[in-house]
Amino acid sequence: MAKVTVGKKACAVNPLKMSQPIGGAFAFMGLRGSMPLLHGSQGCTSFGLTLFVRHFKEAVPLQTTAMSEVATVLGGYENVEQAILNIHKRTKPEIIGICSTGVTETKGDDVEGYLKLIRQKHPELADFPMVYVSTPDFKDAFQDGWEKTVARMVEVLVDKPKNAARRDPKRVNVLPGCHLSPGDLDELRNIIEDFGLEPSFLPDLAGSLDGHIPDEFVPTTIGGIGVDEIATMGQAAWTIAVGAQMRRAAEAMETKTGVPFRLFERLCGLRPNDEFLVFLSEISGRPVPLKYRRLRGQLADAMLDAHFHLGGRKLAIGAEPDLLFDLSSALQEIGAKVTVAVTTTQSPVLEQIKADEVLLGDLEDLENLAKEQGCDLLITHSHGRQAAERLKIPFYRAGFPMFDRLGAGHQLSVGYRGTRDLIFDIANLIIADHENNHQATPDTWRTAEADTPVAIDAATMH
Amino acid sequence: MSSLSATIQEVFNEPGCGKNANKSEAERKKGCTKQLQPGGAAGGCAFDGAKIALQPLTDVAHLVHGPIACEGNSWDNRGARSSGSNIWRTGFTTDINETDIVFGGEKRLYKAVKEIIEKYDPPAIFVYQTCVPAMIGDDINAVCKAASAKFGKPVIPVNSPGFVGPKNLGNKLAGEALLDHVIGTQEPDYTTPYDLNIIGEYNLSGELWQVKPLLDELGIRIFSCISGDGRYREVAYSHRAKAAMMVCSKAMINVARKMEERYGIPFFEGSFYGIQDSSDSLREIARLLIERGAPDELMARTEAVIAREEAKAWASIEPYKPRFAGKKVLLITGGVKSWSVVAALQEAGLELVGTSVKKSTKEDKERIKELMGQDAHMIDDMTPREMYKMLKDAKADIMLSGGKSQFVALKAAMPWLDINQERSHAYMGYVGMAKLMAEIDKALFNPVWEQLRVPAPWENNTRNWQAKAIAQMDAEAAQLAADPVAAEAARRAKKICNCKTVDLGTIEDAIKARGLTTVDGIKQHTNASGGCGFCAVRLEDILAASQVAAGASVEPLLQAAE
Repeated sequence: MAKVTVGKKACAVNPLKMSQPIGGAFAFMGLRGSMPLLHGSQGCTSFGLTLFVRHFKEAVPLQTTAMSEVATVLGGYENVEQAILNIHKRTKPEIIGICSTGVTETKGDDVEGYLKLIRQKHPELADFPMVYVSTPDFKDAFQDGWEKTVARMVEVLVDKPKNAARRDPKRVNVLPGCHLSPGDLDELRNIIEDFGLEPSFLPDLAGSLDGHIPDEFVPTTIGGIGVDEIATMGQAAWTIAVGAQMRRAAEAMETKTGVPFRLFERLCGLRPNDEFLVFLSEISGRPVPLKYRRLRGQLADAMLDAHFHLGGRKLAIGAEPDLLFDLSSALQEIGAKVTVAVTTTQSPVLEQIKADEVLLGDLEDLENLAKEQGCDLLITHSHGRQAAERLKIPFYRAGFPMFDRLGAGHQLSVGYRGTRDLIFDIANLIIADHENNHQATPDTWRTAEADTPVAIDAATMH
Repeated sequence: MSSLSATIQEVFNEPGCGKNANKSEAERKKGCTKQLQPGGAAGGCAFDGAKIALQPLTDVAHLVHGPIACEGNSWDNRGARSSGSNIWRTGFTTDINETDIVFGGEKRLYKAVKEIIEKYDPPAIFVYQTCVPAMIGDDINAVCKAASAKFGKPVIPVNSPGFVGPKNLGNKLAGEALLDHVIGTQEPDYTTPYDLNIIGEYNLSGELWQVKPLLDELGIRIFSCISGDGRYREVAYSHRAKAAMMVCSKAMINVARKMEERYGIPFFEGSFYGIQDSSDSLREIARLLIERGAPDELMARTEAVIAREEAKAWASIEPYKPRFAGKKVLLITGGVKSWSVVAALQEAGLELVGTSVKKSTKEDKERIKELMGQDAHMIDDMTPREMYKMLKDAKADIMLSGGKSQFVALKAAMPWLDINQERSHAYMGYVGMAKLMAEIDKALFNPVWEQLRVPAPWENNTRNWQAKAIAQMDAEAAQLAADPVAAEAARRAKKICNCKTVDLGTIEDAIKARGLTTVDGIKQHTNASGGCGFCAVRLEDILAASQVAAGASVEPLLQAAE
């Protein structure tokens, strides 16, 4: 049981946290033909856009209502209206997802009200899918923006089923947290499909940001789950939520459609995946395929191989709550010690983390604590690179953003296979560090007392 | 101390800025507060611009007063390099929360300054204002003043909240902050007749160091660089320089001009991109320094270095010329690099098929025209599909652009090179040109393109996405060709003024019906150029064409609209 403490500094140094609106926009990127729109000044969008582009190395759709100072003071109705009309006309999206920002929340723009007016005024938009989420920058973090947005999508876009008895036993809704990569989603899709089930992912970043080449150039997202498919999610037999952040969306789904849900707080590690497969086996009525028995064996072997290297290692991890929970748990289970844990926002999983303390702080905290405690592995997003350089310890990049390495969209952490690869990657970093920096030398074990060898008189040597 | 709006007005009235000088007084007042098109805008805000301009000052702590978005989403994302301190790469932000919004964030800001001084003790702290604290009325000038007095250290307010305008305005507001609070506040230990300020150079990828050895050799001292690899103290005493070179086009023209006005430091606008530009700039530096009292022999030494370096540079480019013969480049970039890179590429024998002038000023455009002749094919708002078609139709063999548009080229399996801020290679000076050529060569002749252009064996060639995109566009073009009425309608529908949504047809009709001869006349009758005023250049082209052809089709625009 970790104690959760909140940092008391007036000045955040080297932020770990990113803002809520871009977490919300990120969720909208998992819908097909979608155009996320930030209601704020153009910088709000531009910074977020740059982050996504550098992380995925893909073109990313993200628009702005381009609020000026005057518009901000007078209220943003016209900007929201113009932005929607422009996007609707020029990019022909299937859905527009709108997130507010600090600027427009400080003013108090009533965007839900605006949307109603816009729909009345422009008949072509009367039934056009638009979802608005309130995500002020000055509250919460990236993960919260995602959480609220997915829950709102469920509330707005999923139809209430007419006949709850006519559920499709094969259909499963999957609500993945923002800590899963497009690669993770494809891994989950494969696992679920191997049980003969038909998953609908909301959102589905694997369809839009996996790097595939689209059939046509579209200025919106190039794939993801369609609005039509979302509408029918109420017909599924089950909802699987991955990550504690998805409880809100799963509950919204249950409330609206009556579809029961099972929340998996993590799918990184051996036993969580055992539970996951047992659950899939139960709801599908099929035995666990042979393939997964083999993969389980591979993971078990990886854990054995890696425990020699990771056992007793002191980890310093900085990540959003769900990712922190995933990584710290999986590594703690092979003997690593979660010595320093820093996160961005409150979450029920924080208390379960196997560390003495979890700090809501920044990368300066992470770096200082890692130094104090003599940690020997740093895990955080790419912004940890400066700290790792100064600490001179191996650095595993995890989470968003990862802009200085390739393949961020395909880094796995779920399933037996994902956990296996994660463990190998981290163990290899430790091994490389050992080879490069900690090889034994004649002086490695010499102590100060033993450091004054007796002078041997050359004359006495014959 | 002048208010933010007064400072912005002053920046709009900047006499050194060609774009502003060309506007009427009423337009100038509106300045660059152009209402960007909601839902159709891209690019950074004024805060972004201010930070870009000042962040390369390496020993300064840059503190962003605002919610987490402003710094948390953007810190340490610039490729500038430092030869000393790394504190500029540290992200400092007050990360204000709801309570601060209600009760004001000034106390938190003051405490943040205190914490930074206690922990990092930098020679100065720059405090950046952002939208939210500006809205709730946090007076960062007062906080900075109080903190300066209390801690005995410069704490500089940079008043450039995002919503006052685009990135370019932020560059200038950053310059104003330096002029108001930094430049002229300290004295150098000594001066020499060879002291040069470089203004508007950010040392991206360390490119300043491609030129510095030559200046060192000539005995010319980079007295102060604003702001690449700069130090606070150097900027503070930069008013004692003998001459200045302004590098990044218009971004910091107010700094160069006001330093000339206040301290009598003459400046010229130059570039180190391209061989000719590098030589011209070195000569100009020598000339200005000699004017200000450096011995005449500096020019002879400069010429000798130029001759030697040019010979070396040409020799290093020579091997590429046969390889580049007949190769065409599509250049899509904004601002300074448009014209300076154009010159450089032509030196290597590459042919340019287009360049974007989105962020360029009128002068930039003139320069592009001058360099590329009448073929100048400036692409303002190309859609990805059009870019692809241009590449595909063998109109271009390689695309050079900024990071965000690269994926169009790469997905089209076309060579691409990054030449904007995020790039990882340095292309300045004589050595930089050789590097650029090497990179273009590597991209053009990489065997990966042959691998990727072959479709999967089971794929129907005529049905793949490339074929479909081309077919779709060809069909549209054929339809227009077959139907002169539709073609004319399409031509007339080309939007000229983005702010006020005025198309070519409306403008042509107005010119014809009312016999208009001036941009102001067009504005009165059609409202075109009534927003940001940026399309005035296009209106001039339309006027010129309509005068020549007396109402016939407007050729250059047709091309641009393709």
